[in-house]
Formats: sequence, C-alpha cells, structure tokens
Amino acid sequence: MNDQTKQNLYRFLVGLGDDAVVLSHRLSEWCSNGPYLEEDIALSNIALDYIGRARLFYQYAVEIEGKENTEDDIAYSRTEREYTNLLIHELPINDFAFTMVRQFFVDVFYCEYLAKLSESSDERIASIAQKAVKESRYHLKRSEPWITQLSEGTDESRRRIKEALIELENFVGELFIMSDWEKELVEQGIAVDRTSLQSGWDDYVQAYFAKSGIDIPSSKLQIRGGREGIHTEHLGHMLSEMQYMQRAYPGMKW
Amino acid sequence: MAQISQLIPTLNPVYAERLKLRRQSANSAVWDLLDQVYDPELPGLTIWDLGILQNVQKTKNGWKIDITPTYSGCPAVDAIEQDVKKVLTSANLSNVEVKVVLSPAWSTEMMSPAGKAHLKSIQIAPPDEQDIVECPVCDSQETQLISQFGSTACKALYQCKSCLEAFDYFKHF
Repeated sequence: MNDQTKQNLYRFLVGLGDDAVVLSHRLSEWCSNGPYLEEDIALSNIALDYIGRARLFYQYAVEIEGKENTEDDIAYSRTEREYTNLLIHELPINDFAFTMVRQFFVDVFYCEYLAKLSESSDERIASIAQKAVKESRYHLKRSEPWITQLSEGTDESRRRIKEALIELENFVGELFIMSDWEKELVEQGIAVDRTSLQSGWDDYVQAYFAKSGIDIPSSKLQIRGGREGIHTEHLGHMLSEMQYMQRAYPGMKW
Repeated sequence: MAQISQLIPTLNPVYAERLKLRRQSANSAVWDLLDQVYDPELPGLTIWDLGILQNVQKTKNGWKIDITPTYSGCPAVDAIEQDVKKVLTSANLSNVEVKVVLSPAWSTEMMSPAGKAHLKSIQIAPPDEQDIVECPVCDSQETQLISQFGSTACKALYQCKSCLEAFDYFKHF
C-alpha cells in the first residue's frame, strides 16, 4: 500500500468511526430519559452497536497509521475541528420524534451503504461492514414502526414528526457527498460511491412516509462541512461532555 | 404430515461446519478445556455452544484461539478473552493469544442444539429461523413482541398471551 492510499484510508476510516461514535453518544443521552423503560433500553443498545462499530473502524485506522496512538486517542483527544463526522449524526436528540426520524434516515442509509461496503476489496473493511449491516437492518425494523406510530398517532406526534422532517432534511444531502479521498478509494474498489445511493434512499423514504400521508419537504438548503471539520454549534458542547474525563485526567483507565 | 426435520433431527449447515472443524482438529483436548468458559451474561452457556469460539490452533510456541463477537459492541468480549486465557493458563498452556475475528460474521445459526436447549431451560426462548417465538414456560406460540431489545443487545422482550409470562427471546440474527 503506498503512502497516498494509506493516508486516504486513514481519513476514510476515521470519518466512518466519527459518524458512529458521535451518533452513539447522542443515542446514549436517552439512557434514563427514554419515554419508557423498554425504549430506554433499546436506544442504549443501539448506541452500543454504534460504539462497537466506531471501535472497529478506529482500531483499523490506528493500525494503518502505524504510530503509537490508540482508538481512545482518536475518540478522546481530538478537538471539534479534528472530528470529521457528517453533521446529521451530531444534531441534538431534541424530542423522541426527532431522534426516531434521524434514526430512520440513517438506518435506511446504512442498510444500503454497508451492504455495498461489504463488497470492499479491503477484506478488513468488508468484514466490519458485514457485521454492521446486520445490526442496521435490525435497527431499521425498529425505527420503521415508530415512524408509522408517531405519524399516525395523535395530532401532536404528527406535528412533531413533520417538524423533525423540516430540520433533518437540510442535513440529508451530506450523506451522499463524496470527499476527494473517498473518490480515490472508490477507484481502488475500497470505498463506496455514495452518490449512487441517493435516488434509492429518496424513493424508499418518500414511499414510507407516503403510507402515512406525509410528504417529505424538499430542502433547498444542503448544510455540509462535517468531513472537513466544519461543524454545527452542537458538536463542541457534546465533545466537552464526552471527553471530560480524559481531558481532566489524561490517560485515566477504569 | 410432520416435517422431516421433526422426525429426523438435522443440524443446520453452519453449525455442522463448526462441528466438523472441532472434530477433525488435532487439538481436541484444548477445545474440551474451553468448554469451561461461559458467556458472562448467559449463565451456563459455553462459548462453544453460543458459537463465539471459532477456532483453536497451535502456533510455533503457544496457542491461538479465535473468537467472534455476537454484536460489534458486545461488552462481554473482554471478559471472555480473559476467561479463555485463565482456563488455558491454569491447564499449563502458555503463550495463549486470543484473536477476535469478524468474518464470517456471527449468526445464531452457529449455536449448538445443546446451547439452544440450555437457553430454554433458563427460560430464554431460543432463536428460531422463522422468528416463531415459543413461550419457554408453557410452549405456547401465542406470544407478542414487547420490545425489540431486552436485557442485552442479543435479546428481545416478549410476552406470552397464554400464561402472560414476560420473557427474553434470543433474536434470530
């Protein structure tokens, strides 16, 4: 593997790890705050799946980097501008409807994306994706009925779903934008062409909401910047909480 | 007419493949030793029965044990790794390396029939390929999903409509 590929691969893996760890932390914020006990447990379990996913990507990234850094250094020692997650993952949990619409959006995305990534020419990445896609398929089985239930529940739950859609639609486009290093990795058969997934995603999500008579608002605004380290105002606050212990007591272990 | 699988007990091909690997291995004593290692969250279920134990190999000067996590975030992996080392070291085997492998991805089909029977005995409904969930207490198939996640990521919460007992279902995955 030449240096350029190594560098591309490192950025690619850290990006995927960042997506997972940031969403995981957001989901974990529901722990002890869920609408009822089973939901609380479910959201925490999904958070755990994402933590596992982040670890697998980070562990591979530090091996590629070949220095003495560990997965914990990547998660706990980088600042907001060094995080390269796509923005949809970092938005605050807001209310339960918002959390479930975001989850539905990313579940639909990851089911397709990870299925494609399972065929990566890089065996390690393929095996991580094969594992993760099974989990995302299960997550989708759970987020879908919630979308129906909230959309068709009360006027209030429907209103909240619609509000969540207006906000989240601004952040969907970024899921389908390719970074330069990703484009090079696609040519080598390692990464997946995200742009090829957009129309399938649009059709699926529109058809699903149409069943409950809800139109997806089209967003003219496509907010982006996560992969370059440009974030919403929310990520810094989240990291200050997530990284607190390691910042206060560097190298601390359980 | 009863289905053939009910008349003749058959093994699913995934488990059969594992069993073949174990039976043909020259290291059967080590495989047997590892039957002392249990999943920390499923009392009495060995890592062989759960399908986590994937391979036992002799290396130049020690042993390499392959295990695979059930779920990528499974917090039990570290504990299992320690237990494997402890069991083998106390049997005077040295240089034990535990390797976590991801491929082939773990599935409930890797579980042994004994493992599934054990789950039922501790009142956890075993995974079913068609997701037909039978109450582990009264065997009724009239059950309903309460929550897709139960006490751990690998289980869902169900309730029996016949005896009303709430129970964990080990998800088919």
